[in-house]
Amino acid sequence: MRIGEREFFSRLIVGTGGFTSLEAMRDAVEASGAEMATLALRRVDPGARGSIVATLDELGCFLLPNTAGCFTARDAIATAQLAREAFETNWVKLEVIGDDRTLLPEPAELIEAAQTLVADGFTVLPYTSDDPVLARRLEDAGCAAVMPLGSPIGSGMGINNPYNLRLIVEQASVPVILDAGVGTASDAALAMELGCDAVLLASAVSRAEDPTAMAHAMRLAIESGRLAREAGRIPRRLYAEASTPPEGMPELQ
Amino acid sequence: MNVLLNGDRVELPDGATVEDAVAATGAHDSRRGLAAALDGEVVPRSRWADTALPDDAHVEVLQAVQGG
Repeated sequence: MRIGEREFFSRLIVGTGGFTSLEAMRDAVEASGAEMATLALRRVDPGARGSIVATLDELGCFLLPNTAGCFTARDAIATAQLAREAFETNWVKLEVIGDDRTLLPEPAELIEAAQTLVADGFTVLPYTSDDPVLARRLEDAGCAAVMPLGSPIGSGMGINNPYNLRLIVEQASVPVILDAGVGTASDAALAMELGCDAVLLASAVSRAEDPTAMAHAMRLAIESGRLAREAGRIPRRLYAEASTPPEGMPELQ
Repeated sequence: MNVLLNGDRVELPDGATVEDAVAATGAHDSRRGLAAALDGEVVPRSRWADTALPDDAHVEVLQAVQGG
């Protein structure tokens, strides 16, 4: 899978939020097989133990800083610029939130931030709603991928509107990455069966009872979903269609 | 001099730079994963040592955390 200038073998991107420790994060990211992981920037906490950057570096993960918590284009742009300094990358997972209860994106600010960051040389991966028109606007703005939600961040509700996701996949000429809403492995498999190029998830793994086992499950689900998509599923039918031929049935009376 | 550092009022020696402010936060990691803003503008790491803080400067020093 190619995003921007980079090639990825894994179609799973792991968000690092919600793990109880760096060790739990390391084990889960390793089990997931992910080659890219998100992280965030917050005020220095002198009591913080260990380094998330060093841990992800050891795993060979490509870093994708986010702009989580930003409610305006201005804040998101400044955060992306700070992340570029901190992590020596021009990649950013762009989040501009419009509502603090649902954490749904703010469309106008999101597009403005995307345009500005693309013009400033960033590789922009925007977290967006499942609105196909907004996804197209973001692609037009020069984003390297579009990342529609399946359902609200951390909700674990899966894919609420598979129809919209299909429309987004159908029209997109950049990778479509399902971002947010995955609760369990079947949600991730469905995203891939609908034609998404990759899945980004955090809470489904980090808050699972056994994060490492769930990370492994997600890895398999995404591989399976992708294979099924490429294999071409049978159409849905209202009535049965026998798979055993009726010809040659014996008379048994 | 008095500056607003990560939301706290702190006293720094006159002539203090962004680098001094970063050190004053107690940040451990001086390599990757730190960034600083002075009055809302990003200060590149290469400029920390020679960027003097104006009095009443507003400095934010950020580090990598789990998220996303």
